Amino acid sequence: MASRTLYSQRDPALKKRDDFEDILEERRNSSDLKYALKCYMPVLYKGVTPCKPSMIKTMVLQSEQLRYVVTELSKETGEATEVIQGEALAILEEMAHKLHLGTVRFFAYMLNKAFKVLYQRIRVNEDGIQRLQQAIQEHPLVLLPSHRSYMDFLIVSYLLYTNDLALPVIAAGMDFLGMKFVGEMLRMSGAFFIRRSFGGDRLYWAVFSEYVKTILRNGYAPIEFFLEGTRSRTCKSLTPKVGLLSIAMEPFFKGEVFDVSMVPISISYERVLEEALYARELLGVPKPKESTSGLLKARRILSEDYGNIHVYFGQPVSLRSLAQGRINRSQYNLMPRHISRRPGEDVQVFVNDVAYKMVRLQEESMVLRPWVLVATILLQNPHGVEAVWLAEQTAWLRGLAQAFGAFLDWPDHISASRAVASGLALHPNLVCTERGRVRLATEPKGPGARAPEEDLFNHAVTVLSCASYRNQVLHVFLRPALLAMAMDVAPTSRKDDVYSCFGYLRDVFSNEFILCPGAEVQDFDEACFLLTKCSAIQILKQDIVATERGRPTLSFLSAMFQPFLLGYQVVCRYLCEEVAESLPEKSYVAGVRSYAVKRILSGELACLEVLSSDLQKNVLAALLRMGALRKSKAGELVTLRVNKSAINTIENTLGGRVSTQKPVLARL
Amino acid sequence: MASSGHGSGRQEAADRRLRLIAGHLHPRIAASECKAEAAESDPVRAKTVPKRRQEVMKWNGWGYSDSRFLFNKKGQAEFTGRRYRLGGLIFPSLKDWFESTFGANLQHKSPPTAALNSSAITPPNLNEPFLQDLKSMGIPHSLEAEDRVFRAHGHCLHEIFALREGRFGRLPDMVVWPNCHDDVVKIVELACQHNACLIPYGGGTSVSSALECPPDEMRSIVSLDTSQMNHILWIDEKNLTAHVEAGIVGQELERLLNESGFCTGHEPDSMEFSTLGGWVATRASGMKKNIYGNIEDLVVHIKMVTPRGVVEKSCQVPRMSTGPDIHHFIMGSEGTLGVVTEVTLKIRPLPEYQKYGSVVFPNFEQGVACLREVAKQRCAPASIRLMDNAQFQFGHALKPQVSSIFTSFLDGLKKFYITKFKGFDTHRLCVATLLFEGDREKVLQHEKQVYDIAAKFGGLAAGEDNGQRGYMLTFVIAYLRDLGMDYYVIGESFETSVPWDRVLDLCRNVKERITRECKERGVQFPPMSTCRVTQTYDAGACVYFYFAFNYRGLADPVHVYEQVEHAAREEILANGGSLSHHHGAPKPMSDTCETTNQIAAYIQSHGLLRPRFLHLVVHDGVVDAKATEDDERLCRKRR
Repeated sequence: MASRTLYSQRDPALKKRDDFEDILEERRNSSDLKYALKCYMPVLYKGVTPCKPSMIKTMVLQSEQLRYVVTELSKETGEATEVIQGEALAILEEMAHKLHLGTVRFFAYMLNKAFKVLYQRIRVNEDGIQRLQQAIQEHPLVLLPSHRSYMDFLIVSYLLYTNDLALPVIAAGMDFLGMKFVGEMLRMSGAFFIRRSFGGDRLYWAVFSEYVKTILRNGYAPIEFFLEGTRSRTCKSLTPKVGLLSIAMEPFFKGEVFDVSMVPISISYERVLEEALYARELLGVPKPKESTSGLLKARRILSEDYGNIHVYFGQPVSLRSLAQGRINRSQYNLMPRHISRRPGEDVQVFVNDVAYKMVRLQEESMVLRPWVLVATILLQNPHGVEAVWLAEQTAWLRGLAQAFGAFLDWPDHISASRAVASGLALHPNLVCTERGRVRLATEPKGPGARAPEEDLFNHAVTVLSCASYRNQVLHVFLRPALLAMAMDVAPTSRKDDVYSCFGYLRDVFSNEFILCPGAEVQDFDEACFLLTKCSAIQILKQDIVATERGRPTLSFLSAMFQPFLLGYQVVCRYLCEEVAESLPEKSYVAGVRSYAVKRILSGELACLEVLSSDLQKNVLAALLRMGALRKSKAGELVTLRVNKSAINTIENTLGGRVSTQKPVLARL
Repeated sequence: MASSGHGSGRQEAADRRLRLIAGHLHPRIAASECKAEAAESDPVRAKTVPKRRQEVMKWNGWGYSDSRFLFNKKGQAEFTGRRYRLGGLIFPSLKDWFESTFGANLQHKSPPTAALNSSAITPPNLNEPFLQDLKSMGIPHSLEAEDRVFRAHGHCLHEIFALREGRFGRLPDMVVWPNCHDDVVKIVELACQHNACLIPYGGGTSVSSALECPPDEMRSIVSLDTSQMNHILWIDEKNLTAHVEAGIVGQELERLLNESGFCTGHEPDSMEFSTLGGWVATRASGMKKNIYGNIEDLVVHIKMVTPRGVVEKSCQVPRMSTGPDIHHFIMGSEGTLGVVTEVTLKIRPLPEYQKYGSVVFPNFEQGVACLREVAKQRCAPASIRLMDNAQFQFGHALKPQVSSIFTSFLDGLKKFYITKFKGFDTHRLCVATLLFEGDREKVLQHEKQVYDIAAKFGGLAAGEDNGQRGYMLTFVIAYLRDLGMDYYVIGESFETSVPWDRVLDLCRNVKERITRECKERGVQFPPMSTCRVTQTYDAGACVYFYFAFNYRGLADPVHVYEQVEHAAREEILANGGSLSHHHGAPKPMSDTCETTNQIAAYIQSHGLLRPRFLHLVVHDGVVDAKATEDDERLCRKRR
């Protein structure tokens, strides 16, 4: 129901957006030192007096909430309350931030230096900053930036410092603490650290949630965290995690604050610092452990050009107005508020809906550079295209993307060929131009024969890096493309059939893309609306049919999402053909990968994106959700039990075949 | 000797008590006038509220006709009449406060229609047989338009607003004045017999729309005015109880008991006009409940006439364990179940000594913490109230002109001490007002204990005057509303009962919600939304809100008002408060009061008394139908 209101049916192309201003320009013309030492006097929430980090710790330790849990645990385990209180203190010491203005100034100084070298421009919507300034004073604030780079940690604080706004307290993963010195530096610039998993640890949960709530309730600082939970290696938004969000909402539900403002922040990078790293990681080279020396080695990157960063501070969203009519807050009246309990069904659904809404708001305000369009086209033409054709095609795609409401940073006076050229120039490692033809770069065949796997691996790095740019634009085309694919696989063109196929695809891909739960109808309507608007389809009384003019559009859209469709099918094939009945969860990714490599080398499969572990994990989650796989635990070992017939059905439906038919397309 | 000494002591106490009551009610004339009258009539005979109330009281506003606030030619606020101590005084800072708080302007007036236009009133829909029988019994009645209009409303904003605009909805078709319990029994029987609809009317101070006549009521509506049933029937000094007719007005009951050296100690803010029967019917609460208790603690016995006969207990005992207490469904029934005719109340000897006091706190949070501590130690004085900053400013604006330079110098000194020396922020500080009662020594001891607790929370004693003025505010607030309505300002109060740990959150959120809702609904000026904690209990407190705004530029101000109030109540419920602590269930939200409704449905199956909740009641058709059948059988048997 509520997702009905998540976005309007209005034409997305008419969306009003703020203008950007480059903040680096001013920095380039003035002293960094002066900037770092500037007078910093932020306004706070309703004029609260700033509170020392140590005060917050004391408040948390003395809170009723924590004392209650400590007493309970002491009763259960028989340990003295002092001991447990001590443990709580230790957790808090490990967790709490130590915001220190000096460190912030140091960071500001260093970042200034780095930004000026790395980036051409850092563009921010000034109106968003203005709104933020207003919002900070009115209600406790939650900042929700997108997360695609380590840079995200620093950039929001940097911008707020620059604009004399209250610095946020940022939730960070514990792994940062592994980095000597830097972890503590981050802590002093406002980060607090949480363990990646602490499911059963009640004490940890109590300390953590009370810490967050204390900061929020009193409005000492905006709370910043990443809904996606981790950096997206694919530049696609990740399914939101709701734990921290639901903690942040609780003070409102319990009436401890009047409202909470949530501000989605979209940070888009023209070129992500970790680009190549991500691709390797996705291919199975494990992520390097965060270390200071690693960071120093990364200095090399300082010599390259990373283009522009766009930061868009969205409209603050009032939690109160979202909850109006959906959450009956009286349910919290029948128990003392310091006793935490599992939120009710309605609250869980609500939190989840809000999380999706916020991620969609982030997506919508992601700035897209022409290069992402170029990457999209190149990926569909792996063997290269004529530069002229590429420019034409890019111009066409630009029109389509704008009609679908994409936030393109492509000024009107810049011609397609210039835009394409500048994109190509910024990514010499991914594309090369030879004799008027543009194609994805492959490493020159070096002396000495290399294993074909190694070649494949190198090529895959390029493809996945390129895909990470295409992925940035996927959310714009997702719904129409699902409709296009549904029209491909549906047995007839009847509306019902198309809709049920649409619903099915939507369901299958709901771990892959941001698709708000329960919003099938709206998504379908939106897709129909957009495709009708660009006259790609016609909606008749009973049927949905493609128009002659629209065929190229539809096939382009299908092709854009083809890698995912294929990827899901390959995994299903693997589970049907190579797995007997069950397999250990640990060997799943490796198994799929080696299966896919075999297929690719044998020429049966051309799609390299199947090798992405992100995709493989999403398929796993989808299959588990749909009941085609089942987890069973025996001690440490988690096994996946395969329901072959269910998997077969999924694979066949994705291929657009009724299950009894002899698979034709299955030979990928 | 001893007994006479004791008697004279008591007499003295009674006199002192009288003066005190007079202090916040009728200081100048009331006491002497009443005495004169009391001398020539029956000693327990109350000063009767006239049948034609409109002769003494406003027909379209609060209180006595001769008492009102106005801005005089010089633009200064003054209070007219000689009934109150405030009469004739000038309030120099009220105008500035009024203009700056509401954005109002003395140039922009919204006066009421001058006089009641009787011709605009629909003629009564009479039930002739009922009227004939009534006449034959000799029970006084009236069909006059003015009498009917006077009894067609309580004091909700929408009711008064409509009257000021000269709009009348459905009116009672006639008014009857029973003189005693037996008269009521007869009237109810007649109504049963001739299918007329009865609405009991006491003081008419209801703020829950309980007096509103249902517009679609086809039967003849009879307003049953209890004002003539105002005798104290007996006083039992051994058991400290008094048996009183339900139509007696609060101030008269106190005055008469005082003459005998007693009091009930029940002082709701409306006690000048509200009646004993009304208190019982609405579950009233008095400001000194900490010593005397709320109405449910005070009542020993109730006699109520229902369509199915008289309901009363067979004994007058402090407590019994024979099933659910019948009193608890009479109290709060707001006239839907029957007419309360006689009540036995607990009485207490008059307190020897009474003292006001006040404490200034640096902020509201500290003040609430102090009240909580006082409640925890169970040492609350007769009354303890905590006003928030806005209400403190409000109270301050009601400071009368000071006569001597010395007083104004002292005031300045006090202000300097509190703000400069103690560092209190005038925009954050708040005041608790106190009232102590009892033996002189104990009062002084008690006072010290409370001030000591207050000191722990940063509270500074701020004198008796501030305290007394704080209580005055509650008696004149309704007059002030009339003043506001002359200048495009409308407002009302509502209250709630809330657990201690939620008091602060509730106050903040409700006030903010009001401000926000007003803005969203196009109110041009920021509203006044202020609260005070007026009662403390072991487990929670009663919070009282004043909410008013300037409605210039709004097409339908009452509707906007009601929407905002509804939102505010919704916020109260979401924050763990109740719909009401003592005003009674507000009509638009009465769907949350289901239990009493279902009992009401059973008793009302005759549909005799105005079925206020009837449309909400029937959920389970089967059970209800069965109940009705049983009723029929019972009725037949009885006949």
